[in-house]
This record gives sequence, C-alpha cells and structure tokens, in this order.
Amino acid sequence: MSGAVLLEAKDLEIRFGGVVAASGINIKIHEGRKLAIIGPNGAGKTTFLNMCTGYLKPQAGHILFNGQDVTGIAPRKLVRKGVARAFQIPQLFAEHTVIENLLMAGTAEARNWAPLTPIERVTQRAQMEHLLDLTKCSDLAQRSVSELPEGQRKLVDIALALALKPRLLFMDEPTSGVASSEKFEILDIIAGALEEARVTPVFVEHDMGIVDRFADEVAVWNRGEVLFRGAPDEVLNHPDVIRDVIGEEL
Amino acid sequence: MPFPNAVKRGIPLALVVALIVLPVIDPTSQVMLMLALAKGLAVLGVIVLLQAGQVSFGHALYFAVAAYTAAFVGKATGGGEIIVTLLAGVLAAAVVSVVVGIFVVRYRHIFFGMLNLAVSMIFFSFLEKFYFITGGSDGLSVARPTVLGLSLERGAFEGVLYYGTLGLSLVALFLTHRFLSSPIGQMLRAIKTNEVRLEYLGVSPRSVLLVGYVVSAVLCGLGGALMATAQGIVTPEYAWWIRSGEFVFIAILGGAGSVSGAFAGAFVYEAVKTYAAAFAADIWQMILGTVLLLVILFAPTGLVGLYRSAVTRGDDIDAGAPDRRKREAVS
Repeated sequence: MSGAVLLEAKDLEIRFGGVVAASGINIKIHEGRKLAIIGPNGAGKTTFLNMCTGYLKPQAGHILFNGQDVTGIAPRKLVRKGVARAFQIPQLFAEHTVIENLLMAGTAEARNWAPLTPIERVTQRAQMEHLLDLTKCSDLAQRSVSELPEGQRKLVDIALALALKPRLLFMDEPTSGVASSEKFEILDIIAGALEEARVTPVFVEHDMGIVDRFADEVAVWNRGEVLFRGAPDEVLNHPDVIRDVIGEEL
Repeated sequence: MPFPNAVKRGIPLALVVALIVLPVIDPTSQVMLMLALAKGLAVLGVIVLLQAGQVSFGHALYFAVAAYTAAFVGKATGGGEIIVTLLAGVLAAAVVSVVVGIFVVRYRHIFFGMLNLAVSMIFFSFLEKFYFITGGSDGLSVARPTVLGLSLERGAFEGVLYYGTLGLSLVALFLTHRFLSSPIGQMLRAIKTNEVRLEYLGVSPRSVLLVGYVVSAVLCGLGGALMATAQGIVTPEYAWWIRSGEFVFIAILGGAGSVSGAFAGAFVYEAVKTYAAAFAADIWQMILGTVLLLVILFAPTGLVGLYRSAVTRGDDIDAGAPDRRKREAVS
C-alpha cells in the first residue's frame, strides 16, 4: 500500500428498520490510491459514502479522517477538513451558469463572502477558469447548467468538488447516465483533473470496464459488509465476485 | 423595432428625474410618493427573501419595530435628530431580526411564512394590549425631529424628508443589487434550487438565509422608520398581518425577481390605492385585487417583466441571451 491512511472506517454499523446497510465495515483509504467500490444494488455502497461524507450518522463505529474522529459531523464541516463529494445525480445550482456555480464553490472555499462585490469579479475567478480548463468545460462557462447534457453536468459536478481543494473525493457512479460511447472520454477527463489536483478518489461503480481502467484497488460490498479488497485483476477475476457481483466474466 | 441602448439606459434615469420634479409641479403628490418610497424599501426587503424562495407573511414586524423605536427615541429626546431616530429604528429591526431569524431560518416555505406571521401578530398584540407603553390602538405620536440640528417648518421638513428618502432608496436599491450579485447573494438564490449542494460546498444554508433575513429586516425597518417620521404617528396597524400581505402583494405586482420591482410595484400600488380611493371609495380594494389578478395572469414577472419585454422586443436572441437576461434579473 502506498500513501498514508487518509480515512479509516472502524466497525461502522447502520440499519434502516430491518435492513442492514452497514454491518461492521472496516476499511482504510490510502492517500494517492484510487479505490473503487463495487457490489450489487442494495449492498450498502452509497450508504457508506453517505456516512463518510456526513449525510448519515452511523449507529455504531467511528470514521477517522487524517487521524481525527469525524463521525457524524455535518457535511459542511467535513468539506472544510478536506472531504468532498460528487453525486450520482449531479447537484448543481440550476438557475446559475457554469462559471457562477464554480465561483460559488471557489468563494465558499476561500470564505470570501465579499457582500458587495459582484460574483464575476471575485479574486477566485482565475482559479475557477483553470478548473474549467482541467475538466474541459471552458466553452460552457456562460451556459446555464440546466441546459447541459448529463456528461457535462457530471464534469461540472466534479469541478465543483475540486474547487473546494479536497484531499479525498467520494464519487457516486461518476459516469452513470452518460452514453456508453462517452463514458471513457469523460472518465479520462476526470482522471486527469484528479491527478493534477492531487486528490484521492473513492468511487462507487457498476461498470466493471471503468473499474478495471481507472481503479488502483477494488473493494467489494455485499449486504453491508466488505467481502474482498485487492487489485482490480485479482478481485474482478475472483469466482465469488463474478458470481455475486459481475454475473459474467469481463 | 428594438429600442436603442441609449433609450433603455435613459428610461430609469428619466423616472428618477420625474420623482425629483413631480412634487415641485404637483405638491399634492408628495405624500403619496413618500409613502410609496417607504413601502418600496420594505418591499425590497421582502424581495431579498424571495430570492431564496422564501415568502415572509410577517415582515411588518420589522416595519413596526423600527417605527416604534423611532417614536420612542424621538419622545425620549424631545423630538430628536432624524439621523439618530432612523438609525435607532434600523438597529432595533436588525437586533430583533437576528433573534427571530435564528429560529425561523430552520424552516422553509409555508412554515417559514407562517412563523413570521405568528411572531408579527404577537408583536401586534403587544402593541395593542400594553397601551401604557405603546399607546394601544391610538398609537404614539412621532415628534418632528431636527435635521442636522436644524428645526424645520413642516413644509421644509417634508421636502427634506422626501428627497432624503428618495436618496436613501436609490442607495438601498444599488446596495441590494450589489448584495444579491455577490457570492453571498448568489448563495441566497442557491437556497431555492439546491441546499444540499450548498452544504457540500462547506456553507451553512441557515447562516446564508439568516444573513439575507437580517438584510431584509434592515430594509423593512428603514421603510418603517421613514413612514413613521413622515406620518407623525405610529399605530399597531404597522405590525398587522394586512401590512405584511401588502408588502408581498406589491412585490408580486412589481416583479418578485427584481429589486427595481419593489419600487415599481410600490408606486403603482400607491397610485391605484390613492386615486381609486378618491374616485371609487367603495370599491378601491376590488380595483386593487383586479390589478393583481391581471398581473398574475398576464404578467407573472410583474411590472418590471412587462417593461423588460417591451424594451427588449425586437432584440436579437443570440445563444447568450437567456443567461444575460437571467443575470440582469436582479437589477
């Protein structure tokens, strides 16, 4: 394993009524290693993301980020510590343009409220334009996000998260809803942006082709537990994973 | 045939010049214009909250708090200095809005609206029942304050108050526009569309809404203190729910998405109210109601929306036009 432990989950448990969504989850996320989380629907993958990003509070267990206990703290406080999130359905400000979305993120990160300065004139503009360059969205800067196709909305969602200068980024199915022909192109853009921003990604994914291409490690979830963890070729060729998660060989 | 840009820029300037000149040409219009400006300031406050998608049915609270504070300060200082009474009123509205705001910004939509209404009605009851402090339903008279140390005759004082209010309104309009264009103002607008993302930007939507709430209360307070000074009397009716409803009514009439809608709505409202009451005393409310219905049905973006569509008719609709119009929406 390369890199220090960035986030550690210890004995995480959460239930929704009779459904066990996390049952004694123990996992360490290492800086600089791209971790993919795979598993069947209802395995508890998104629940894990929700707990790690403050959306859900675990009923038992602890989450340590950078050695500090961050269990159950509010998302905004986690963001300030360096944990960001991109969503399965991009969470953007629909009445704003792409650059305005980014500028809100940039000024939020810098705590630059500037109550009488028009947002387009704030000092973070150059940085945000650089992020749009990184995510190949420069041409979209003045477009309203509500007009964009899903793939571009995904890229803007990632750019918003990167504007917060995180160390760790959780992504929930970064290419879901994107046409098959565009998935790898979008993924390559995301990978390039993450590398340049030196952000460690953890992503939930159902497309094993993407996992194989992008991940350094794969963790397999089922029924709220981590079943396996290892290198992509090792995990994706494991007979149990093929039977329970993939359903067929790559 | 599109309007030339010079004409588009000239129309607002011409309206300001008209407001300066009109009381000189027709002195009887000054009272109506003064009331419209004071209400316009309060409506501007309501419009700030509408940017976040929140409607307050109780903002008359801040109108009344500032008005009564101005009256009390004037009474305690033998009339007082107008700058001091206005500042005291605005400060009182700001302080009360922080206390009430911490509680109400936890709620959204109808709950937000009704909680504001409830607090304003509690204050209304206080004003009615504690007559030994507030004068009850008779209210309190507001002594004419000095202006920069000068005691003015009634006519001169009203002139100074009107033009001072006009100046303050223009400053408030400019500052509110800048506030809504700023990062914090844009985040206020973002509350309407995506609070979850705002939280995941490391921002507390409640704190953002609280800032907007206090700004809106300050504007309402300024309007209330000016109204009290102009009328020379404050009554519990300042805090009544109908007053709050009137502010929302004017905001919709003028155009809730636009800061200039506050004053456009206030002038039309006061004009219709004044002339309808004068010429059709028994049915003036029906006339006002009909005007609002027509606006909602045929001009949902209000009078400012009507104006914009009139002056931009014939302009080329290029790819950037929708975004440009949206950015201009708060101007």
